[in-house]
Amino acid sequence: MTKLSLNVNGNWHALDVDPATPLLFVLADELGLRGPKFGCGMAQCGSCTVIIDGKIVRSCVMPVGAVGRDQVLTLEGLGRPDNPHPIQQAFIDENATQCGFCLSGVVLTAKAVLDAKPEASEQEMREALGGVLCRCFAHVRIMRAIMKYARTRKP
Amino acid sequence: MTVSRRRFLRTWGALIVSVHAGSLCDRLAIAQGPFDTHPSHIDPTKLDSWIAVSGDGTVTAFTGKCDFGQGMLTAQTQLVAEELCVAIERVKLIQSDTAISPDEGTTSGSQSTPTNFNSRNLAQAAATAREALLQMAAQKLGLPLEQLTVVDGVVHSPDGRTIRYEQLIAGERFAIPVSPTAKRRSPEEWTVLGKAIPSLERVALMTGAFEFVHTLRVPGMLHGRVVRPPAMGAKLVGLDENSLQDIPGIIKLVTRENFVGIVAETQWQAIQAARQLKVKWKAGSALPAQRTFFATLRQLPSRDRLIVDSEDVELAMTRASSRLEATYSYPYQMHGSLGTSCAVAHVANGQATVWSATQSAYPTRSIVASLLGLPLEKVRVVYVRGSGCYGLNGADAVSFDAALLSHAVGRPVRVQLSRQDEMAWENFGSPCVIDQRAGIDSSGNILAWECENWTASRGGRPGYDQPGNVITGMLLGFKSENVQPGAAEKPAGALRNRDNAVPSYMAGCVQGSCTGLGGIRSERVMSHMVASPFFTGPLRSPIRLQNTFAHECFMDELAAQAQADPVDFRLRHLRHERMADAVRAAARAAAWESRPSPRGRVSLRGQITGRGIACVGYEGDNGYAALVAEVLVDLEAGRISPLKFFLALDCGPISNPDGLRNQSEGGILQGMSRTLVEEVTWNQMRITSTDWETYSSLHLDIEVPAIEIQLINRLGVPATGAGETAITLVAASIGNALFDATGARLREVPFTAERLRAGLAQRSH
Repeated sequence: MTKLSLNVNGNWHALDVDPATPLLFVLADELGLRGPKFGCGMAQCGSCTVIIDGKIVRSCVMPVGAVGRDQVLTLEGLGRPDNPHPIQQAFIDENATQCGFCLSGVVLTAKAVLDAKPEASEQEMREALGGVLCRCFAHVRIMRAIMKYARTRKP
Repeated sequence: MTVSRRRFLRTWGALIVSVHAGSLCDRLAIAQGPFDTHPSHIDPTKLDSWIAVSGDGTVTAFTGKCDFGQGMLTAQTQLVAEELCVAIERVKLIQSDTAISPDEGTTSGSQSTPTNFNSRNLAQAAATAREALLQMAAQKLGLPLEQLTVVDGVVHSPDGRTIRYEQLIAGERFAIPVSPTAKRRSPEEWTVLGKAIPSLERVALMTGAFEFVHTLRVPGMLHGRVVRPPAMGAKLVGLDENSLQDIPGIIKLVTRENFVGIVAETQWQAIQAARQLKVKWKAGSALPAQRTFFATLRQLPSRDRLIVDSEDVELAMTRASSRLEATYSYPYQMHGSLGTSCAVAHVANGQATVWSATQSAYPTRSIVASLLGLPLEKVRVVYVRGSGCYGLNGADAVSFDAALLSHAVGRPVRVQLSRQDEMAWENFGSPCVIDQRAGIDSSGNILAWECENWTASRGGRPGYDQPGNVITGMLLGFKSENVQPGAAEKPAGALRNRDNAVPSYMAGCVQGSCTGLGGIRSERVMSHMVASPFFTGPLRSPIRLQNTFAHECFMDELAAQAQADPVDFRLRHLRHERMADAVRAAARAAAWESRPSPRGRVSLRGQITGRGIACVGYEGDNGYAALVAEVLVDLEAGRISPLKFFLALDCGPISNPDGLRNQSEGGILQGMSRTLVEEVTWNQMRITSTDWETYSSLHLDIEVPAIEIQLINRLGVPATGAGETAITLVAASIGNALFDATGARLREVPFTAERLRAGLAQRSH
């Protein structure tokens, strides 16, 4: 066990954990977060996605000890139910989900892509989402919500 | 024990509704069930089992059905609001909690809407409640009931007086039975139903606030993992506890028969331990070769069912001017839930609570009770949503796993399966081989049609008393429900077409009564069920999808043989108006050009497009739909890309058009993934498709085809299901479009590049 500090959604947390523990389990079990979820444990599906330093990270394969001082952003850190982030609002407006288990992967990946490249084309967005699965296949609405957000997004 | 309504709403209402709010544990202490009902017997004939109106005017309704992303929660909340004449915001719908909701069996097979919308259960209860409230108001106001109107839970009299529901009932039970004659609101009167209300849980979902069973955390909770055998039939010989010595936090190693599980302080410890534990297994029996599996299926002892038989098929065939035969095959496929299955159980002091994403809360409760040796009334199963399941995924098995592990340690235990355990041991969608044979006369009419299918089955839903139907029960030594070989008897009673074994074009005559959708009277349908080497279970449109793939592709082959347009040819053989209307609506939307397929000269290279149609009366009579697919085929790359789908869907009065579109869009794309890439694979010993590299699924990087949906909102008929209707048509519509484009007929799913190339090569000979 090792003492370490972790910045999640803007708050610092003091932890005493095995540094080899995947970040996902720290977020879910130690901090009680509901956004990132275990889907495969092998970075194949995107359910556990978080953003660290602007980059998409699969928290199921990232040891917590390797996170360092950078801020970890989860789906719930993006916006709250009473004050959703504009990309979350676009998904709400388009009713772009079925079971909703995929949303960390879908929403955070799209956000990170557009933060890095606001003018990203639909084709580029699709390529970026190549590692994300939605087994309910809510693709029609998901792409509609993402492109709607992309169009209205302030630089 | 007498529980007052007010007390009920204070305790159950507050605790159950706010699943997000706090501790979910130890509710058994008050698990006496509302309204004096025995926890296991929420009497569905009593109005109070379904509806409660609290002092603040909030309506709490209880359903034995559950929502796993298909929109049931929203649609049935609308239903209650509509029948009670209150705003939807005032209704809280409690799903499948065995302590407080009526037992409605399993949520499956597109049955939630028929079950709760037509003439029974939740809808009838809500209508009964409205009538009862109106009667109370009439008495209080001293006016005849007919003069009163209700708007959002407020009763208005013509002289301007008002009285609210909560003033009439709050703090009291209705204490009346559900009235089978209570008048339902007609679709013409609807103000809440029929509206495109977006899913009620969407804000919580999008912002990561939603409680899945996966995110549920109970105080004092430990983490479990299971260690499954390496192969079917393997037996536990022994295990080496010392192999876990260097992993801290191990609470207990649990074995029972062939079941092995580990309980640890943290999830990571449990995972490491499950990977590292040295277990010795005695090998199971060898598996049949995958390459020749469809041939093997035909040779196994089978249970046979003759579904229709006019006994004149051979005679009619002799009169045909041309005859056609073809064989179709469909592989094992997976539910492949995005989240591996998960459950939390707390078994202590002779009672158990299981938080489970099962589609069958009550049946799960019975099995848990029997596995743990607890009286039924000491077990409570609370439905908490999981990852989309599309049928019997691992939710039931993992609920049993969690119960066993918690029982062994006396503390709450959360179990989530590994991706490999989920995929190697789930109850797969059944494989099918289907032989088709038909004869056509000189004017292009089908004279006779015969089909014979083989499908494999093992286990399935555990129901109330068959734990061996899923992996956990089998490991504990319970037998799975297996096929009992037996010969077919003559068809009797009414036509049973729940599996869509009978094509839509047959007359479907059984003992003189013809309830099929078509006009072909020389007909014979035989089905064979054989024992599967793997567990099987319902996967979205079970067997119906497989049969429909074969029927609708073969219908296209017959149309081509008759040199007829596929739409005209279908309409010529259909007798059922709603079915024919759906075909016409889909064709119209697609601006269908009437001509035979294939479209023209056989191309050898480049890209080429084509269109195909398929239709189905889902389960024979539970909704009618037609689907046109337009596909682009890249001949060199061997790639099939659907460009557009046009769906026409008639499921009776539509309770929520947006929810229905969402379900249909998802069904079509899921069907596309299953048609193009999904297939379970195995070697001599075990399943080899155990993650997203080895089991293909379309990801989010596909070019999403345009989907246009025509909803046929038919008001004067009972509501049907819709969750599985669209997906039933996808493989056939793509197969037919591919044929139209290229002249190649693919008769085996998935349509891989290799199979496409083989089909193209065969065509040019």
